[in-house]
Amino acid sequence: MTSTSTRDLVSQPYKYGFVTEIETDKIAKGLSEEVVRLISAKKEEPDFLLQFRLKAFRHWLTLEEPDWAALGYPEIDYQDIVYYAAPKQQEKKASLDEVDPKLLETFDKLGIPLSEQKRLSNVAVDAVFDSVSIATTYKEKLAEHGVVFCSFSEAVKEHPELIERYLGTVVSSNDNYFAALNSAVFSDGSFVFIPKGVECPMELSTYFRINSGDTGQFERTLIVAEEGASVSYLEGCTAPMFDTNQLHAAVVELVALDDASIKYSTVQNWYAGDENGVGGIYNFVTKRGQCRGDRSRISWTQVETGSAITWKYPSCVLQGADSVGEFYSVALTNNCQQADTGTKMVHVGPRTRSTIVSKGISAGRSSNSYRGLVQMGPNAKAARNYSQCDSMLIGDQAAANTYPYIRSQQPQAAIEHEASTCRISEDQLFYLQSRGIGFEEAVSMMVSGFCRDVFNQLPMEFAAEADKLLALKLEGSVG
Amino acid sequence: MIRPDAELLLDIQDLHASVEDKPILKGVNLQVKAGEVHAVMGRNGSGKSTLSKVLAGHPAYRVTGGSVRYRGQDLFELEPEERARLGVFLGFQYPVEIPGVSNLEFLRVSTNARREKQGEEELDTFAFEDHVHDKLKVVQMDPAFLERSVNEGFSGGEKKRNEILQMALLEPVVAILDETDSGLDIDALRIVAGGVNQLATEDNATLLITHYQRLLDEITPDYVHVMAAGRILRTGGRELALELEQTGYDWVDQELAAQGAA
Repeated sequence: MTSTSTRDLVSQPYKYGFVTEIETDKIAKGLSEEVVRLISAKKEEPDFLLQFRLKAFRHWLTLEEPDWAALGYPEIDYQDIVYYAAPKQQEKKASLDEVDPKLLETFDKLGIPLSEQKRLSNVAVDAVFDSVSIATTYKEKLAEHGVVFCSFSEAVKEHPELIERYLGTVVSSNDNYFAALNSAVFSDGSFVFIPKGVECPMELSTYFRINSGDTGQFERTLIVAEEGASVSYLEGCTAPMFDTNQLHAAVVELVALDDASIKYSTVQNWYAGDENGVGGIYNFVTKRGQCRGDRSRISWTQVETGSAITWKYPSCVLQGADSVGEFYSVALTNNCQQADTGTKMVHVGPRTRSTIVSKGISAGRSSNSYRGLVQMGPNAKAARNYSQCDSMLIGDQAAANTYPYIRSQQPQAAIEHEASTCRISEDQLFYLQSRGIGFEEAVSMMVSGFCRDVFNQLPMEFAAEADKLLALKLEGSVG
Repeated sequence: MIRPDAELLLDIQDLHASVEDKPILKGVNLQVKAGEVHAVMGRNGSGKSTLSKVLAGHPAYRVTGGSVRYRGQDLFELEPEERARLGVFLGFQYPVEIPGVSNLEFLRVSTNARREKQGEEELDTFAFEDHVHDKLKVVQMDPAFLERSVNEGFSGGEKKRNEILQMALLEPVVAILDETDSGLDIDALRIVAGGVNQLATEDNATLLITHYQRLLDEITPDYVHVMAAGRILRTGGRELALELEQTGYDWVDQELAAQGAA
């Protein structure tokens, strides 16, 4: 209990001003069964979770890292990673004057409000904008509706039965190499539970999860919407995020029961490395939603602009009859970034529907691949899929690839696939400029038009930021 | 219309410019005053198009010498979008297509950029729709073209009319029309020329870059300049164009050779 109360004391910077750095509690680098046990012990987890981790770890040892993606990267040394570090409170800066002016310039361009800028740069936040009390009010409102929104670790303590019931039921530890690794050593993440018939009264954002310390490189998130429940969850932000940990292997599981709906939006701008891609984040994520109930709906919307390498396929398993899965994506790569991303829509139940709209934008010397699977099982009578994959190439050194997989065992299922490619050229930009439209606005207009179908799916405040974010990421990529 | 006391809008002095290190303009001198219509004629490769691109600020072209003053201001100090907002308009020879960007939205944003500079109120989507419908008449263009992406799937003639529509909306001070007549049949040519004539006032000027005499049947120039080897070789009145029609450009080679020898 001592460690918890110290944390509470220390989480009130607005009262005490500066916070001194506490000793971090770390396990030495390397991965072994002992490390897994140690992680579970430090988090004070119940036995079922320890067994879950151990089973995953033992399975991981039997696996070989996959290399089928259209990606290239130096070998990862799994023994050279610290798998556990207790959250620490960093010393806060006094004001924005102490922050790198280039970072502030980025914030300005993205239109990020001052209070948010302070929070992101670890500047002490004054009483008026106290993020801790805002988060508390938020939690109270949710509690009134019976909505649970907390960190995964907290959920293990407060709602172990829910974790035990749902964890690993959408993405099993056997699913793939990185899911197995994550299942063994996951640090923390979000847990959301919406009880029967409840429409979550507000958009849930990771911003409001009291999150002291590092974001964690093996994030684990679980969202459950019971019968008739609905929720919109927003992950990430447009501001550039840095992390000393290079490998990010998260797992996100969504479960929607009868008549439930989950909307999961992501805006990702992890550090992409220098112009040669050195030092950027590897974002290897397994995200899957299970439309378990009839007439349930799961929607993924993602704007991926950062990371040195993005490797993820947010997917939907459409089990329930009449269930709906959607995937809207804008993936931007510039300089030497690489992306191999897409989705899997697995139709199991009858009259299930899926929609895929993927927009890839490649600039610089980057490589951007869409990889998608549409699968119709034997029981997917009258099921339908519509897929649209568009690529935009900027400059003449970028690459775009599409790998669509279609597997159908149901003759009465309909699958439609459309694809297109286009370019932004110096001449097009000059044409707009010659009509009084500045460079940034010109790129924005062209990219915006291209991404409109996807941006329309984002929560309102992000749609506007997304336009600015793309324009910012594309600076210097033409001419 | 030539008026001696009209404002000097464009003052080009000894202009030199290159593209990919290859010199194209080798000392162009030209003065354009308010209310005037100038025609620049010449063979392919004479530098006519380059002149228009350099004035508009195309990034592929580098100015290597000389100067251009636009209403007393150094033109090359200004970014292309600034020049446009201040009233320099380039009607492209080959207007580019921009899929995904709605023609209506593009016209609205560019019109507002110009209006802001002129100290006029910007138009919202609804006000602009009314505004643009009036201007469509200048080029006899169907409103359906507004719904499409910029120039996407437009025929040659439709693209040229879209250029003149933009001219009608932006109300430029100096309009440089680069071979606006190329690829047009006689009816389309008449519509385009009619538009240009309608938009000409005593406060603005037009620089027509053209290969053929026939455009000048529809738009009467005050001055005709013949360009060759990156310079203006000869300047005359309307009759010079007619003369060229008769004699062709052979005399140009002789004159260049003579100058080279001198």
